[in-house]
Amino acid sequence: MARYRCPGCGHVYDEQRGNPHEGFPPGTRWAQVPDDWACPDCAVRDKADFVPAPGDD
Amino acid sequence: MSRAPIPAAPAVAYRDDKRHWWWLPLFVAISPVLGIALTASTGQAAWLWLTPLLWYLVLPIADALVGRDRRNPPDAVVPTLESDRYYKFLVYASVPLFYVTWIVAAWALATQHYDWIGYLGVSLAVALTNGLALVVGHEIGHKTNRFEKRLAQIVLAVPAYGHFSAEHNRGHHKDVATPDDPASSRFGESLYAFVLREIPGALGRAWHDERQRLARSGKGPWSLSNELLQSFAITAVLYGGALAVWGAVLLPFLLISTFWGWQFLSTSNYIEHYGLLRQRLPDGRFERCRPEHSWNADHVISNLMLYHLQRHSDHHARPTRCYQVLRSDRAPELPSGYPLCFTLAYFPPLWRAVMDPRVLAVYGGDVTRVNIQPSKRARILARYGAGQPGAAGG
Repeated sequence: MARYRCPGCGHVYDEQRGNPHEGFPPGTRWAQVPDDWACPDCAVRDKADFVPAPGDD
Repeated sequence: MSRAPIPAAPAVAYRDDKRHWWWLPLFVAISPVLGIALTASTGQAAWLWLTPLLWYLVLPIADALVGRDRRNPPDAVVPTLESDRYYKFLVYASVPLFYVTWIVAAWALATQHYDWIGYLGVSLAVALTNGLALVVGHEIGHKTNRFEKRLAQIVLAVPAYGHFSAEHNRGHHKDVATPDDPASSRFGESLYAFVLREIPGALGRAWHDERQRLARSGKGPWSLSNELLQSFAITAVLYGGALAVWGAVLLPFLLISTFWGWQFLSTSNYIEHYGLLRQRLPDGRFERCRPEHSWNADHVISNLMLYHLQRHSDHHARPTRCYQVLRSDRAPELPSGYPLCFTLAYFPPLWRAVMDPRVLAVYGGDVTRVNIQPSKRARILARYGAGQPGAAGG
């Protein structure tokens, strides 16, 4: 399970936790998140801008 | 009387000069009630116009007298300022005031027998506090925790604009300063054309995005989880309750306060991005939103009344920032604060005379980089010399 971080505001998408409010149940893989999905916190960055984030913190 | 300066203190003692002035919007939120009370005690119905006069007359004058403030909090103190609960408390405290004002105004209109001028004054006063409720809903709707998102739904129910959070955060912020954003105005577009495009466009986009969000969880749009409908339900209780108790005498009030309140939001959107355009990159995406894609206004008094909304350039570049730390950025600057800009926008020739040269100046005179109203594109390109090589420099 990987994590991806918005380079603008720091929001993290964690595959393990998903984002149920956005409609992604826990375990939803990053690849299953639609390409036009924007950061739910800032919307300044899209999925394509997200960068892999270390998961062991 | 000299005091020895403390040499090179590592932690800068920063004082937020505006700290105690952030009470001002709470006073404005309750000002229609003050007008109603003063009318009752003095017999002078002119007090019913207190809030409209405050917005359209007092604030522009105060902005002109007090002027701009370009100072920013140093980066080192931003985390402390952002976590200071005092600022959050002030915003939360304003939420019930919008309900109090709305209900007291409805009661007064139904029972105090004002003439039509007084009735109109109270209705416009509530329209303006409804506009301020939208500003508060905007501030807390951007926060990332569930409690604040809920509070935004509650405050946005007063102006009957429960779709704002969805529309604004997922829609407008994503598409800002692009040709198809219904909430970004175009060069040559009048306020009136914009309002007719923005209000239905915003509702349509919010509904579409909410439907998409619910569909990912396997739910239809007519679901209890629909956050637009949740807020609209509160509006229905408030408006329906008032009509049931006080009757049809409130119908003109509902129409005026609601539509003029929406106008407050639409006019704000109109002046916030007029003509500005994010350029398209070779990969087909639009360039990332930066401060130069929104107009900034540093006028102190109107910024205090609007929770720094006028520092809009920084807001769009960093939307999760709290109001008290928003920065004056290197961004195109409006000629005045929003109260006077509103009045300019009501008169399209006046607005264009003031703003069109400013838009062109942002792009060094290159009109091809401007967000242009499509129906006027050919005329505007011809007028500003695009298409003739070498003529666009400026």
